[in-house]
Amino acid sequence: MKIKLNGYQREVPAGASIADLIAELDLAPEQVAVERNRMLVKRAQHGHTELVDGDTLEIVSLVGGG
Amino acid sequence: MSNMNTQPDNDPPLVMGTYEFASRLFVGTGKYASFEEMQAALLLSGTDCVTVAVRRVNLDPKAGPSIFDFIDRERYTILPNTAGCFDAPSAVRTAQLSREILDTNLVKLEVLGDKRTLLPDPVGTLEATRELVADGFDVMVYTSDDARQCVALQEAGAMAVMPAGSPIGSGQGILNPNAIRIILELLSVPVIVDAGVGTASDVAIAMELGVEGVLLNTAIASAQKPLRMAAAMRDACSAGRNAFLAGRIPKKLYATASSPTAGLIQPSAPQTKAGVLGKHA
Repeated sequence: MKIKLNGYQREVPAGASIADLIAELDLAPEQVAVERNRMLVKRAQHGHTELVDGDTLEIVSLVGGG
Repeated sequence: MSNMNTQPDNDPPLVMGTYEFASRLFVGTGKYASFEEMQAALLLSGTDCVTVAVRRVNLDPKAGPSIFDFIDRERYTILPNTAGCFDAPSAVRTAQLSREILDTNLVKLEVLGDKRTLLPDPVGTLEATRELVADGFDVMVYTSDDARQCVALQEAGAMAVMPAGSPIGSGQGILNPNAIRIILELLSVPVIVDAGVGTASDVAIAMELGVEGVLLNTAIASAQKPLRMAAAMRDACSAGRNAFLAGRIPKKLYATASSPTAGLIQPSAPQTKAGVLGKHA
């Protein structure tokens, strides 16, 4: 199924959860935060939140800034 | 005289809500040539609190180390910002994302008006402050040096109000010190100058006005020698704060001699009254 991740189209397997996606992207779960369709999804929910076709995700982390 | 205390009185830490900072310098982590340089600069600045920004993760498999590896959370309080947000809802979402990552209610709120000036959008800033305060955030809010806007932000529940000295990254220093003085008179929450600092004297000037702290990034990171500038900023913050606490002398138009006027030897040249007292004698 197709989702939009950080502004880009991405193919993900059906039934994939947010946690699956984070693992697939090789990200450290404690260093990121996730918004699904403009709603924050808390870390504890990542494993329980199944992605659906057409979801728009923002996965963010911290960078240098003033 | 021998038992006179020759140590300057200690300055109590800056206290805001549940936060306590020994250093009154807040330093940004952006624009450094490397994470290593950033790490060294933060250490030399003596700061206890560093800002970070929130951005989409780098999905490039060759992406290098992350900033997390270079900021010791035992040493520094991390203050996430909402830099790059031009509307209140985006700033609120960004704050919520940063709280999720850091498990902190602390946020440096910025809602900007336009990309060129990076001046704050006063309406969006106020709206976002209200919303974040209602959602339990401890808001340190970036604003212009308009005193009535600062009052409104305090009344909206901001934990600290942070007027700019001049535009972000512009290095112009404190362009309107009298505006800062008025803000200090009207506000009871901590006032921290944020933005526009260019060099050490700007920090000293701000601290001498009586602000509780100064937040800066570019002045260190983009200095020709960032590590030396970080050390300079540390000294300037301390000097300005001590000078403020010491209570400066007033400025006077005419002179007041520093040496005694009594006990002078007979002058060699005949002294006319006009010569000694000036033309209006």
